[in-house]
Amino acid sequence: MSYEALRLIWWMLLGVLLIGFAVMDGFDLGSAVLMPFVARTDLERRQVINTIGPVWEGNQVWFVLGGGAIFAAWPALYAAAFSGFYLAMFAVLAALIFRPVAIVYRSKIEHPRWRAWWDWALFVTGVVPAVIFGVAVGNLFLGVPFTFDADLRFHSDITLLSLLRPFPLLVGLVSLTMLVLHGATWLSLKAEGAVGQRARRVISFAALAFIVLFDLAGLWVSITDGYKIASAIAPDGPSNPLHKLVYREPSWFANYAAHPALWLAPLLANAAALAAIVLRRRPLPAFLFSGLACAATIATAGFALFPFLLPSSSNPNTSLTVWDASSSKLTLEIMLGCVVVFLPIVLAYTAWVYRVMRGPVRTEDIARDRGAY
Amino acid sequence: MDIVLLSRLQFAITALYHFLFVPLTLGLSLILVIMECVYVMTGQTIWRDMTKFWGTLFGINFAMGVATGITMEFQFGTNWAYYAHYVGDVFGTPLALEGLMAFFLEATLVGLFFFGWNRLSKVAHLVVTAGVAIGSQFSALWILIANAWMQFPVGAKFNPDTMRMEVADFSAVLLNPVAQAKFIHTVAAGYVTGSVFVLAISALYVLQKRHRALALRSMTVAASFGLASALCVVVLGDESGYTASTNQKMKVAAIEAMWQTEPAPAAFTLVGIPDLAGKRTDYAVKVPWMLGLIATRSVDTVVPGIEDLVKLADKKIRNGLIAYEALAKLRSDRGNAQLRATLDAHVGDLGYALLLKRFRPDIEHATDADIARAAESTVPDVPVLFWAFRLMVACGFWFIALFAVAFYLSATRRLDRHRLFLWAALATLPLPWLAAELGWIVAEYGRQPWVIEGVLPTFLGVSGTDVHNVLFSLVGFVVFYSGLAVADVYLMVKYIRLGPDRTLGHAVTAPNVTDPTPSLAK
Repeated sequence: MSYEALRLIWWMLLGVLLIGFAVMDGFDLGSAVLMPFVARTDLERRQVINTIGPVWEGNQVWFVLGGGAIFAAWPALYAAAFSGFYLAMFAVLAALIFRPVAIVYRSKIEHPRWRAWWDWALFVTGVVPAVIFGVAVGNLFLGVPFTFDADLRFHSDITLLSLLRPFPLLVGLVSLTMLVLHGATWLSLKAEGAVGQRARRVISFAALAFIVLFDLAGLWVSITDGYKIASAIAPDGPSNPLHKLVYREPSWFANYAAHPALWLAPLLANAAALAAIVLRRRPLPAFLFSGLACAATIATAGFALFPFLLPSSSNPNTSLTVWDASSSKLTLEIMLGCVVVFLPIVLAYTAWVYRVMRGPVRTEDIARDRGAY
Repeated sequence: MDIVLLSRLQFAITALYHFLFVPLTLGLSLILVIMECVYVMTGQTIWRDMTKFWGTLFGINFAMGVATGITMEFQFGTNWAYYAHYVGDVFGTPLALEGLMAFFLEATLVGLFFFGWNRLSKVAHLVVTAGVAIGSQFSALWILIANAWMQFPVGAKFNPDTMRMEVADFSAVLLNPVAQAKFIHTVAAGYVTGSVFVLAISALYVLQKRHRALALRSMTVAASFGLASALCVVVLGDESGYTASTNQKMKVAAIEAMWQTEPAPAAFTLVGIPDLAGKRTDYAVKVPWMLGLIATRSVDTVVPGIEDLVKLADKKIRNGLIAYEALAKLRSDRGNAQLRATLDAHVGDLGYALLLKRFRPDIEHATDADIARAAESTVPDVPVLFWAFRLMVACGFWFIALFAVAFYLSATRRLDRHRLFLWAALATLPLPWLAAELGWIVAEYGRQPWVIEGVLPTFLGVSGTDVHNVLFSLVGFVVFYSGLAVADVYLMVKYIRLGPDRTLGHAVTAPNVTDPTPSLAK
């Protein structure tokens, strides 16, 4: 397989992993954000936590695997993005460190203050990653100030405040509403009784907010300057971001103009969110459609940005692209082989776990079960 | 404020902290498999209750391991960006495969371990428990393959077009002899940790005269599993020493505080006071021949001393400078084949030339004095390594002794007769963690000044981020982790004090109350 094809496949796999994270860990985050609003008593809160109790660990691995895969397949991106977005990344890590502990430890002690503290932690650690991931994607569209020197050492002038610009914050809200919608359809599916009903009422609000914000962000992108590689592209060339010319062009929609079929992705994001509203009384289809909305949203952004992975606003020529930020050909080949063999296995046992744990979570069961969270 | 120091401090703190939870996960997961196996084979519910009770403690520990592991996965990018760029092509792969092949398995199945008791058949639940344990072990394997490459960077070569190390032979990375020795040494240390944990808490119950049936059975499992593991740790620790002696001679010399090369076979310094400034070891008590035998497995191979290794580093720096200069010229003359040939001939020592960057940015103008200082900087912190190693080994031999006694008492069914033994078992509780942390210090602090041995100096690996960011995150991690540590210990103590009966909500009793000793044949 050619180096070019491998890079394209790994760009798609990057999307698959991000979608996997958004779809799988997304409803965990969304449920945590919704918990204070849909669960009023302690038992109801435990009901929310126990809907994700048996599965959150596996879901969180999508995040870890995403990090590992970016390291292995796109090491320059791994180095630049995570050190460039240092404090934002620290906030995400802190949240994802607290969350597991909050889920497992909260109900182990019957003290109101102990539980109230972990409830608060669960809410915050759900909101923070949901918003920051969106803010990060928003910043990709604007570009961030960085450059590489001749040793390929990464230098950036990114600060936390410089990331919090209006457009990225809007994308942060898109991400938050998307995951709240996904969390609401999940709770509607898994939490029996009052909590499920309250979650069902959230679906319409969340989906409408998502649609409005998503389309607003799309409009905003249409008037934002995009990036374009001006020099000849060497798709099989060495991964060195110093050998190309990049200029700004009026819009990010060049890929959409060249391939109109790509419009399916943003249409699907809208349609899936609408379908979640229409089907809100049928929990499983609604949940599948909110998952589809997450996938289509990520695809929409990815199609617009291609081939850019991390555009530089201060020195556009050193932007990271699919053609100059990947691992060596051999590494991409080895990794692809492993993914082809092992990802289906992972999906198979994950599906089995969800099958074993199928059916609604009831408050009566939690009150009885000493092992419940 | 020095960003290198702060980044190293943060990595050390977060790694050492993560490593408080990993060994117990490794060991306890297998002990759970053993207990549940007995339940499935005999049908005695006490073994199921044992699995559930120790499983509760396992769960408290597991959540912390998962949480703190996330930091490790991303820290190479946030704080070691140049490292990530320079070796990501090689180092990233085992890390990603750890997620794909191991961590996914253990994390996806662990939920069913806790929530699946009433939804799965006995055998299916055992398979789930085994899956969690297998996933944990494979997780350690992949991480140690990555780590071993930092100690012994095989199967990769420098690519001047991309300015980084790239994989040349993946099977060499995979089958790195250092990885194999380290894997067995580390997981066996985890088994010892799990065994000591179970043994010590069970001993506490016997001393308190409660939960006797559960405690005695648990001690029996811990005694045999612990004895095998403790022997394994020491024997494979020796294997680690042997593999280190072939590629990390400086580490071995530093651990031994062996300043001058001795005629083979070298003596092993049992104890002494290493003096870094004076380059000598005072009050040394030596065992003749022993180091030569351990490190080279022969009586006539020389183990080089620190001073000779510094001289060797001096030579390698000069050799590496030739590669460095060729590389600098290649940047403006990318097609020059002769420069590439020069680079290829000397690139093996390029990392040694990079050591000079600590002393001056324009290393092509380095003086003899600069080179001498850089060569001197290859000597790690000898007194710390000397003592960390000896304390770790002392712990190892103590575990063998303790488990040998436990095994004997268990075989003769007298585990509850000797209060001194029970107290000793209880007092041993913190030691496996101490030994594990010391082991990390020997392996990683002993690798300094290298982040990749001979390839990339640690100080070059850091990110270009603002130093205040690193200070902020360092303080943040210390505060978070301290808070979480308090919660973790609090919950552990709570459930240990509650004991199995109240944790599970029913009395955990032996199938035949008149015969409290464990028996598999029923």
